[in-house]
Amino acid sequence: MSAVDIRDLRVTFGGVVRAVDGVTLSIERGEVVALIGESGSGKSVTLRSLMRLHPPRATKMEGTIAVEGRDVLAMTPRALADYRGPIVSMIFQEPLLALDPVYTVGEQIMEIILRHEKVSRKEARARALALFERVRIPSPERRLDAYPHEMSGGMRQRAMIALALACRPKVLLADEPTTALDATVQIQILLLLRELQRDLGLSIIFVTHDLGAAVEVADRIAVMYAGRIVEEGTARELIRNPRHPYTIGLLKSRAHGVMEKGTRLDAIPGAPPDLARLPPGCSFAPRCAAAIESCQIEQPPSFVVEGGHRARCFRWKDAPAQLGAQALGAA
Amino acid sequence: MAALAQHTLAAPAPAEKADGYWIGVWRRLRRDPVAMVALAVIVALILMAILAPYLAPADPLRGQSLRRLRPIGTAGFPLGTDELGRDMLSRLIWGARLSLFMGITPVILAFFVGSAIGITAGYAGGRVGTVIMRTIDVFYAFPSVLLAVALSGALGSGTGNALVSLTVVFVPQIARVAEAVTTQVRQRDYVEAARASGAGPVTIVRVHVLGNVLGPIFVYATSLISVSMILASGLSFLGLGVQPPNPEWGLMLNTLRTAIYVQPWLAALPGVMIFFTSIAFNLLADGLRNAMDVKQ
Repeated sequence: MSAVDIRDLRVTFGGVVRAVDGVTLSIERGEVVALIGESGSGKSVTLRSLMRLHPPRATKMEGTIAVEGRDVLAMTPRALADYRGPIVSMIFQEPLLALDPVYTVGEQIMEIILRHEKVSRKEARARALALFERVRIPSPERRLDAYPHEMSGGMRQRAMIALALACRPKVLLADEPTTALDATVQIQILLLLRELQRDLGLSIIFVTHDLGAAVEVADRIAVMYAGRIVEEGTARELIRNPRHPYTIGLLKSRAHGVMEKGTRLDAIPGAPPDLARLPPGCSFAPRCAAAIESCQIEQPPSFVVEGGHRARCFRWKDAPAQLGAQALGAA
Repeated sequence: MAALAQHTLAAPAPAEKADGYWIGVWRRLRRDPVAMVALAVIVALILMAILAPYLAPADPLRGQSLRRLRPIGTAGFPLGTDELGRDMLSRLIWGARLSLFMGITPVILAFFVGSAIGITAGYAGGRVGTVIMRTIDVFYAFPSVLLAVALSGALGSGTGNALVSLTVVFVPQIARVAEAVTTQVRQRDYVEAARASGAGPVTIVRVHVLGNVLGPIFVYATSLISVSMILASGLSFLGLGVQPPNPEWGLMLNTLRTAIYVQPWLAALPGVMIFFTSIAFNLLADGLRNAMDVKQ
């Protein structure tokens, strides 16, 4: 049984905005999967759907989501509250905003433990302390009594991770956990996540728009565009042998290796489509240099490139050559 | 593994000693000289009200018709006497009791009622929130003085009724602030984070909403105390609040009105008290707001 199994998930906001349009994704136990894509591609929406964090009145969710064998979309509010925390928990992008400013970090961790488990306050505090040691916060005893604003950015994110791990979840969701941090701290946090994943056997879904971060920690990468997964595969396959023009575009738009001063970065022309008015065919077609007539008319199905490597592109066999993917070299 | 450990342990910033939130607020407030003077004035006024029986040189209710409207500085009557020959100093000291009571009590009552209404409306949002807030807006549409006078008039004069009508005046104002702040807090990431860790609506309101909302409402309520004092004095002035012969600054202002051509300085004294007290509360509220603002 896989840890997370999403089948044909569709999320619509306000009846018009198709934020997620038929996502199928499964994550094995102990696997780290990165969802990458630009802003508005539906990656965060997919992640939040796993916890059903969207406002219920304005959101329509179709398809199935199974986490550790539980049907998430069928849960009652009560069951949902018990599910959030001990089964799945989440790390937010900006820890300063995701931690309550008027309570100490220790209080916030204890609060979650006490919510889910019948333990004494003393025990909860001991657990919080152990978590702080686990995420390597220096002088943890003292930091438990610190307020979020008294900590540095990197330390806050460590505290946030400790908070997410408070009830020993099986699946950890990370929504751009390093975006708000500076470059030197980013790598520390990524290494910590990878290490925790290995030691605790966690499954992690990790949303980012930083391809470098994705390669660093993920076993598999799924590239999202306009609410769909356009290409997925192991991190290695995707970097070495990208098949979807969008993935190729993303790879080419990075700064790579030693670049001459003044060298222009390759950008993908155009902007993502309006999610309320998606084109009938491939949603990337209007921006795609390799697009052919059938791309405008119907949506490309998911083609199997090799093993678990799939791409939603009619021209998956010849698009890379035309777009110069080979010229990417060893990325 | 060893290399990893080294990597992740790098560069911890030294943390300052963690203090409670309110200790931090107090520390910043103490550095604000204006707020501290205002606080000293308020503490002095409250002490004066409590210790009135010991501080007042004479009985505030006993008058002598032979020595009416003596000017400030008369021997035995440092602040003169009023239109019935009662000692002004004693009446002003005793008046602090009723005036402060009438200023603070409605705000405290409205703080609880208004916060409850506003937080409920703000957290519920949607249709429930709209219905509650539009109902509140009906009360808010009336100018506060008009509403207070109309309610007091309808309920009849007297201290208790004046308290009730002032509370009704302040509930909508506080509820609106509470609703606005709650709506903001509800959208914060930490509320979503709490939900993502399995907190139900009750926990979220009790812990995260109350913790973040009560501070700003409290500051706003502090600034209402001066308004409340002035309104209460106004009601008493109109004969709707405190009844004679009880000493209350607004009422004293009213009864001394007739003497304004004879002893203008004397007639102004209760007004001076109201002025300083309300300004002190306002400045304290300002200082408190600044002191609580420095979160980041």
